[in-house]
Formats: sequence, C-alpha cells, structure tokens
Amino acid sequence: MEILVLAEHRRGELREISLEMLSKAKEIADKTSGEITAVLLGQGVKDFADTLANYANKVLLIEDPKLENFNAEAYQKVLSALIKERNPAMVMIGHTAFGMDLAPALAVELDLPLATDCMDLEIDGDSVFAIRQVYSGKVNVKVSFSGAKKCMVTMRASACQIAEDMKLGGAIETVDSPLTEDIDYKIFSGYEEAAAGEVDITQADILVGVGRGIGDPDNIPMIEELAEAIGGVVSCSRPVVDKKWLPKDRQVGTSGKTVKPKLYLAVGISGAFQHLAGMNGSDLIVAINKDPKAPIFAAAQYGIVADLFKVVPALKDKINELKGA
Amino acid sequence: MDIIVCVKRVPDTSEADVKIDGSGKNIDLEDLTFDINEWDNYAIEEAILIKEKVGGTVTAITMGPEESNEVLRRCMAKGADAAIRLTDDAFEGSDGYAIARILHSAIKDLSFDAVFLGAQAGDDGYGVVGPMLAEMLGLPHATLITKVDLEDGKVKVHRELEGGLEEVVDINLPAVLGIQTGINEPRYVSIMGIRKVAKKEIPVKGLADIGLSADDVGEAGSKTKIECMYIPEVGEVAEMIEGSPDEAAAKLAQILKEKGLMG
Ligand SMILES: Cc1cc2nc3c(=O)[nH]c(=O)nc-3n(C[C@H](O)[C@H](O)[C@H](O)COP(=O)(O)OP(=O)(O)OC[C@H]3O[C@@H](n4cnc5c(N)ncnc54)[C@H](O)[C@@H]3O)c2cc1C
Repeated sequence: MEILVLAEHRRGELREISLEMLSKAKEIADKTSGEITAVLLGQGVKDFADTLANYANKVLLIEDPKLENFNAEAYQKVLSALIKERNPAMVMIGHTAFGMDLAPALAVELDLPLATDCMDLEIDGDSVFAIRQVYSGKVNVKVSFSGAKKCMVTMRASACQIAEDMKLGGAIETVDSPLTEDIDYKIFSGYEEAAAGEVDITQADILVGVGRGIGDPDNIPMIEELAEAIGGVVSCSRPVVDKKWLPKDRQVGTSGKTVKPKLYLAVGISGAFQHLAGMNGSDLIVAINKDPKAPIFAAAQYGIVADLFKVVPALKDKINELKGA
Repeated sequence: MDIIVCVKRVPDTSEADVKIDGSGKNIDLEDLTFDINEWDNYAIEEAILIKEKVGGTVTAITMGPEESNEVLRRCMAKGADAAIRLTDDAFEGSDGYAIARILHSAIKDLSFDAVFLGAQAGDDGYGVVGPMLAEMLGLPHATLITKVDLEDGKVKVHRELEGGLEEVVDINLPAVLGIQTGINEPRYVSIMGIRKVAKKEIPVKGLADIGLSADDVGEAGSKTKIECMYIPEVGEVAEMIEGSPDEAAAKLAQILKEKGLMG
C-alpha cells in the first residue's frame, strides 16, 4: 500500500509536521509492508526534497510559480490529479491552518473518507482506525472508515514524534505541474505579522497564565497582583484574547506564542491541546482549576483543585508574607 | 449582501464531569447545558455586522432537534431575519460529510452571496463541514477567518496561521467562509430580545423536503464511523496540593519559595 504524505512548508522553511507525519507513516508502512511517498509542492523548494528523501521511499517534487504560496484551491487541483493517478491507500496531511483549508474539499472531490485532527492511527489487518480527541480533550474517540479501502487523515501537530536516524534514501522524482491557468477566484495577497506588544512574554521567567475561568475582565487585576507579587508577567489562553480582556501578544498557544518559563502558573485554564502546545516546555507547571478532570492537570507537576477566586488572593498574600520574612 | 449562517447547538463540557453513555459511542448528555457553538456565535455576529453596514439579509440554519430552535431564536434576536431547521430521524448519526450534504441540499437552491460557518464546533472539532459544503456547492472557500472586508464582488479575508501569523486572501463571491473566534465581539441578547422573536415561525425541513434519501444521510450516508468513545487514561498527573484554599495556597507558596521561584 502507498501512503502519500503532503509535506508542508512556509516562507522557506520545511515545517515540522512534515517529518512528524512521515515518521508516523513509517510505523504504518512497517506494519503493512507499505511504501511512503512524500509530495512536495512549491517553487524553489528542491532543498527540502533532500531532507524528505531520508524519511520517504519516494519524493514527488512539483515546482510551479503558481504554487509558491499556499493556496488550497491550487493545491487541491494538483493533489487530486496526483491522487487519481496513483491511487494511494492513505493520504496524510497536517491538521494545520494549511491542511484545514485543503483536506475537506479535497476529500469530497476524491470521494475519500476523511478523519481530521488525528492524534494517532491504529492498524488492524487492513483496517485503519483514527484516534482523536473530542470535547476539548476530555474524551477520546476511535473512528473507522466504514470498511473503505482508502482514506485521508489530517494529523495534529506535535502528536507524533519525529523518528531519529531515518535514512530511507528515497528517490526524488520531478513531476510536471498539471496547473494550466491561474486561479483567479482565490488569490493569496500576502502575510501579516502580529504586531509586537509592550511585553514580551517569551522572555519572562515566571508567567501567570489566566484562562476563561476568570469570568470577567474586572477580575484580571487580581491576576496582575498575583503576578506582581511573584515577580512574573501575565499571559493568557485564547478566549481571554478573543473577548478582548487582554491583548493578543499575551496569548500562549499554537496561534499565539510558545513560552518556556521557569514557572507557568495556569489559573482557570482547562488545558486544551492548542494551549498546551505553547507552554508544555515550561520547567515547572502549576495549575489551579476547580474541575479535577481538567486536562491541564495531566500537564502540570502541581495542582490545586479549588475556586481560583479563593486561592489566588490567598496565594498572593502568602507570597508577600514569605518575601517579607 | 445575503448571508446564510450555519449554526450548531452543542453541549458545554468545559467544567462538566463527562461520562460515556451506554452505547459507548457518545457521551451522556443528560446533565449538560447547551448553547450555540462558540465559533458559530462569532459567525452569526459577523454576518449581522455586515448586514448592518451594507444591507441584505441573514438566515440562520441548523440541523438538529426541536431544542435547537433556542439557538435559532438567539440568532434572530441578534438580528438574523429568518431561520430554518433541518430535522429527520434519518439524520441521526451523520458525520461531517453527511451533515455537509444535508446542508448542501437545503441551501443549494437558495439565493445568497456567502455562507458563513464557525471554523469548527467545540464538541467534535472536525472542522470539515464548511470546506466540504463549499466543494459540494462548487464555490471557493477559506477557513480560520479573523477579518472580512467587503470589496466589489469579492471579500478580502485574513486567515489565521500558526504563531500569530496571518495571510491575506482575496476571494470571489459567492463563497463559503469559516469564521475563527475573536473576529468580533458577539453581542449579548437579553431575555426580552429572545421573547420578541418567540413567535417568529421557523420552517422545519426533513429528508424528503430537501430531496435526499435515507441512504444519503445518517450512518448510511457517512464516510466515517465512531467505533467507541472513552475517557483517556491520564498517565502521570500533577501532585495535588490538598487542604482548604488558604492551606493549599500556603503550601504552594512554600514550594515555590523552596524552588527559588519567587521574584
Ligand atoms: C485553530 C485554533 C487555534 C487555537 N489556538 C489557541 C491558542 O493559541 N491558545 C489557546 O489558549 N487556545 C487556542 N485555541 C482554543 C483552544 O481550543 C481552547 O478553546 C482554549 O485554549 C480554552 O481556553 P481556556 O482553557 O481558558 O477556557 P476553557 O476551556 O473554557 O476552560 C476554563 C477553565 O476554567 C475553569 N474554571 C472556571 N471557573 C473557575 C473558578 N472559579 N476557579 C477555578 N477554575 C475555574 C474551568 O474548570 C475550565 O477548566 C485554538 C483553537 C483553534 C481551533
């Protein structure tokens, strides 16, 4: 069986998800005597092909100025032509901003069953099962493709480890671009960088991360006081930014910043994977949450199950007391 | 500009002790509260903001049981002109593909300039319905949208990428747009506001009304199947600091002091 993996790159960098997926593909290939084909689309991306060749039995390289920047419509045209021709048993794409725009429409066009945001894939005989999270990580679901012989999956970033010492030495094959005309109904017109804020949370040694559990913007000063007492800076989860309670530059997570402080004190944060991905490299994680089942406790070294409105003021007082002593 | 907004009623599990039900393929919904999907709340707001600026209509549509009317009424109280509810016993067990197909059949003959949806739903989080629907309608789409600017015959949208980066994309209308949270500040609706629209009729459509057969929907029309749901085993969890809030806070302060983590 052929496992076709779409490599992802942006602004001259091969993204890690590409090698994560190829490593997972290798595990499946070993169990199914399968072959891994990496597909690389872009312009001026030949260098990536050499890296991918270590992780794949074959690299298909299609270069075309129309593929320079990611455009789901252009990618869909190229991939559907390629997949129709090769008929792979599995197509693997990243569950990234890029894959979320591309995979569902491609699956419909090709009439392939699709499971998105997979954390793992299990093989039993010739059946593939996808393992994914639902209800913000509180529940796992095992999904099958209803007996279909072919499937498409999108894989969650950081869910699979990049294998070390892969040296498959795949051949690099250049394929002509099937794109004949420009796509004028969806045009990429540029990137926009996040504006730099007044505080750089990535530089702080101590972060007090506040989540939706804070309930009201009027309660944010209480968190700021705690941060001040402990000599740290306030960061937050996404809903706090979505609600405009704190500026975007304070957001930790996949669509915010990645932080690695000495201490990350998570207050009223449930621990959704998109948040964890931005802070699980912290030296010490402490969580305060009233829900004992909150996924954040699986990432933390210390936890307090309680109402944050009772713990936070008490903690601030205790810290001030100990500092004074 | 005429906009159709697809919305979904979902359970709020953020603070709930979630349990698997007897079928092993779903969670026990009994004691949960429900609300409009967080992403859809931003989608309906964005549609209403555009209507308020340039005129046109907003129609909210959902697939769901009678309880979903409360979500549709909330949308109307915010400013949607009309609502449609799709329901049929045969729809039960539909995956994202089958749901896209049901929505497609219901809206393909309506006149609209854009379809808005939340980029994903907070319950199962597949994020497939919007782009699948676009493909079925033969329309361009974009998802994870954090900004929509109307231009002549097209929209300029910002798409959220990873790490705070955004891309700017021009898309011809009609198009299907998947809205990301944070794009606007959803308005609050009062009980009074909801009461005002309580009598507005919500047309209900079933399988036959949208021209599909039982094989097209539900489990039969789905391409993926839930084998089982389970509560994940958490490996190592945090060391829980016990005691009253005051005691726990005191112990934590002591731990942080010992570790030199106190500015
Ligand atoms: C494409 C995409 C990108 C995303 N990027 C990010 C990102 O970069 N960063 C990010 O954080 N999220 C991101 N998210 C959102 C993410 O999926 C979650 O929705 C979000 O992280 C939840 O934030 P939260 O934990 O603050 O809120 P919730 O999940 O609502 O959790 C609130 C927590 O507070 C607790 N709580 C409530 N009241 C109290 C109280 N009185 N005392 C103690 N505890 C209390 C509750 O038990 C609950 O656990 C992204 C989502 C998508 C789809």
